[in-house]
Amino acid sequence: MDSELSFWALAVVQTLTFIAAAPLLAGWVQRVKCHLQNRAAPAVWQPYRDLTKLFGKRLVVAHNASWLFRATPYIVFGAMLMACAVVPLVVVHVPTAAIADVIVLVGFFALARFFTALAGLDIGTAFGGMGASREMMVAALAEPAMLMVVFTFSMTAHTTNLSVTTAYILHQGLLLRPSFLFALLALAMVAVAETSRIPVDNPATHLELTMLHEAMILEYGGRHLALIEWASQIKLMIYAVLLINFSFPWGIASEPTLQALSLGVLVVAAKLTLVGVVLVVWETVMAKMRLFRVPQFLGFAFMLSVLGMLTHVMLEGGN
Amino acid sequence: MADLSPALTLAFAGAACSVLSGLVSAAAFRRHPDYLHTGSFLFLFLAGCCTSTAGAWALLDNLTQTAQLQMGLPWLAWHLRLDALSGFFMILLGTLVIAVSLYGPSYTREFARGADAQPLPPLGIFTALFVLGMQVLLIADDALVFMIFWEMMSLSGYFLVVFQHQHAANRNAAFIYLLLAHVGALVILLSFGVLAAFGNGLTFDQMRAAHLSPLWASIAFACTFIGFGTKSGMVPLHVWLPEAHPVAPSHISALMSGAMIKMGIYGIIRVTYDLIGDVQWEWGMAVLIIGTASSVLGVLYALMQHDLKRLLAYHSIENIGIILMGLGMSMIFLGTGHPLLGTLGLVAALYHTLNHALFKALLFLGAGSVLYRTHAHDLDQMGGLIHRMPVTAFLFLIGCIAISALPPFNGFVSEWLTFQTALQAPALENSVLRSTIPFAAALLALTGALAAACFVKAFGMAFLGKARSRRAALAREAPRGMLAGMGLLALLCFLLGVFPSTVIGLMAPITQLLVHDALPSATAQGWLWLTPVSAQVASYSAPFVVLGLVLVFGLGYLLLKRGSEPVRRSDPWDCGFGALSPRMQYTSSAFSQPIRRVFRGVWNIEEHIDTLTAPGPLARVTSLHYSVHAHDWSWQWCYQPIGRLVLAAANRIGFIQTGNIHTYLKFSFVTLLVFLWIVS
Repeated sequence: MDSELSFWALAVVQTLTFIAAAPLLAGWVQRVKCHLQNRAAPAVWQPYRDLTKLFGKRLVVAHNASWLFRATPYIVFGAMLMACAVVPLVVVHVPTAAIADVIVLVGFFALARFFTALAGLDIGTAFGGMGASREMMVAALAEPAMLMVVFTFSMTAHTTNLSVTTAYILHQGLLLRPSFLFALLALAMVAVAETSRIPVDNPATHLELTMLHEAMILEYGGRHLALIEWASQIKLMIYAVLLINFSFPWGIASEPTLQALSLGVLVVAAKLTLVGVVLVVWETVMAKMRLFRVPQFLGFAFMLSVLGMLTHVMLEGGN
Repeated sequence: MADLSPALTLAFAGAACSVLSGLVSAAAFRRHPDYLHTGSFLFLFLAGCCTSTAGAWALLDNLTQTAQLQMGLPWLAWHLRLDALSGFFMILLGTLVIAVSLYGPSYTREFARGADAQPLPPLGIFTALFVLGMQVLLIADDALVFMIFWEMMSLSGYFLVVFQHQHAANRNAAFIYLLLAHVGALVILLSFGVLAAFGNGLTFDQMRAAHLSPLWASIAFACTFIGFGTKSGMVPLHVWLPEAHPVAPSHISALMSGAMIKMGIYGIIRVTYDLIGDVQWEWGMAVLIIGTASSVLGVLYALMQHDLKRLLAYHSIENIGIILMGLGMSMIFLGTGHPLLGTLGLVAALYHTLNHALFKALLFLGAGSVLYRTHAHDLDQMGGLIHRMPVTAFLFLIGCIAISALPPFNGFVSEWLTFQTALQAPALENSVLRSTIPFAAALLALTGALAAACFVKAFGMAFLGKARSRRAALAREAPRGMLAGMGLLALLCFLLGVFPSTVIGLMAPITQLLVHDALPSATAQGWLWLTPVSAQVASYSAPFVVLGLVLVFGLGYLLLKRGSEPVRRSDPWDCGFGALSPRMQYTSSAFSQPIRRVFRGVWNIEEHIDTLTAPGPLARVTSLHYSVHAHDWSWQWCYQPIGRLVLAAANRIGFIQTGNIHTYLKFSFVTLLVFLWIVS
């Protein structure tokens, strides 16, 4: 009983670490991107400064805003918090992973998106509607691809629990499965679309017409904006950690000893640094797509995930 | 008859209350219209209470009670039986009837007012008959009683759809409803015919005992599936549904979408699992394919609608599709010898049946409230109602979250169970099946995401933003009775979402009855955890999710809100161009435009641009009206050819209609001779 309680405590600590570290990853990505594009780079902890500033600001909301507009940031942040709780970051066996499996994780993202889109429509401006409409279209196309990826992994590992899946991949050793390769590629593409990165969306744009996610939250400010920004940083980190756990989880702590845990922290930090660099290179060499090219992009992701699933069923004999 | 078992007596009492409700309505004719509001709905409320209590009694105690009534023809006694499956559907029906009877008294007053006022008694009488039909068909234990009350439900449904008969569109919708209801009923009769022929009798007990060859079993199943599927609104037999549901009064739409189309699901389950018994996996494949097609097409068509009730009607097709997917997978697993997984699929389907009944009724009642206050069907005539009708908006939002399959509400649980069933596909030996099922599940994911998009649109256009019409700007909150009816359903949506393990535990007698198996693993970890297969494979804990969300709200309030400066209200960002008007908002057609473009070809799109130019040397456009309509391809490819064929055949046969009485007498005489010759 005592050890179980300490596992729960560990899971809570891990979740809090996850939330606290998310702006750091965003800051790192921003910094590397600036370096790569020959711009003067802000400090890595710039996102923390931004968040602190936003939290301290007085709240301004539009005249027409309803309670839904004001509740949305908390729901979005809450959904991301629950999502963090189920993804293994430093240690594999987290009891909180049993709260929600990977399908529920997709459900959390959908819940956050649902409310963000509604908040976009709440004020009654054209931008909000535009952002909501486009975001829902992109999400509708990304979700089947995401689920197909999930199916490929969970058919292999015989589970949708993220802890158990990671442990399975860890346990089976370096085994090159073609199905995993396809699925990982598809997952990366879905991650790009879901976290509003180039080429699907451009988080740094200043033109309202080219934005998807940002157009919905245009009316937010102060602590509301801080929560939403923080939530999207957390989402980026969740997808990065998912990619790491599904592709190369080695280094993650299998038992809760101090040694294993500190190794786990170091290894996951190194991997996230690397993922950040890859993301920046990808974003720098790609141009943003037209909105109606996005279906092709996501269609390709879906095809890859279907291929992954079929290779699993056909070539790997479903084992 | 002498010693009737108590639960069944309660079910009879429920039916009797429905009859009384109808009688009160009839007695209230013209002279005492107020009796209608109080008396008729009071008895309906009692009927709902009795039905759901009797159902709960049968389900919880796992009762199977039978009775024979000497009614109708002397040699054909009526066989009745109350068991766990009928109990489950009776709970569903009873709950909806309770909600509707709370909602109805205020809502129906609307029809007695205004320019096209209607006498209310027919509405009360046919509502009572409609409910009575469903109550008795659920406890029917022979084909005769079943068909009598099935027809009572269908026919009174016709009169309810055509209630506002001043509009030609309503009469047309009701005719299509009647036509397809009877095509469906004919096919159901055929399936009972096959079963009765092999079982040598009309009672369900004789049919259960019948031994069918695989071919005849398949024929019986095909008839069952087509016949009951027509009532459920599966693609491509769905065309009546989006016509009939929107034009009926809203509380009737709630009953139709919530309960009546579920009677089709009841029929499929009763005949396939209980009467035929030996399920074959090929049937499951057919059900899965039809279900997937229904869910994807249903939601895609829903996205193109701008009439709120029509949009909801298309979502019924989508949800029936999801239920059928669960049933299909259940049949596949049962047919290939995996009873436990078959049970899982059945539980997912039954859970979604219950969930859909609750949230769809909630949404239809919500749409009715909006209609009641704004008199607007069109989403583009609403807007900003969250300020004017806050409680309705909140309850409607709960329905939207639930139907979009978002945690922690009930729609999510049943879709999650369906996904979990699909994920067990590797247990199958056949690799075609093994890859088809995940593919269907990916389409289910598409459906879920599109449904979320659709309800962002529905809720956003109706309740958010600024009012798009004067009536919407002046709307008031709905009366208390209507809110109570919706509140009950919303509460149930929440409870069924948060305590799924408890509900699944209670459903065990049904699966015991149908597939002789239960799902012990689902509830093995207690009420907090839902683990359909095992804790290692997948788990979900809705209470924790609710706790997490509450925690964030609590912390947000404590850390951020308390002690902060008061909120300042300001104008939204207008790009520096000056005041925004409600017309600058996205419309419902604009909202779904990206999806319309991505999935073009699915609909038969018809666009209209009406331009009005002012006369003068320089043509100046004074007004521009854009409208878009998505027509159903099935009319063009399926129904119109059939219609033409029928007309052509009728024309050919028409020559015998001379209009001369002698010819008709000759026909009668010849027919009589032929019959006599056959008989002798």
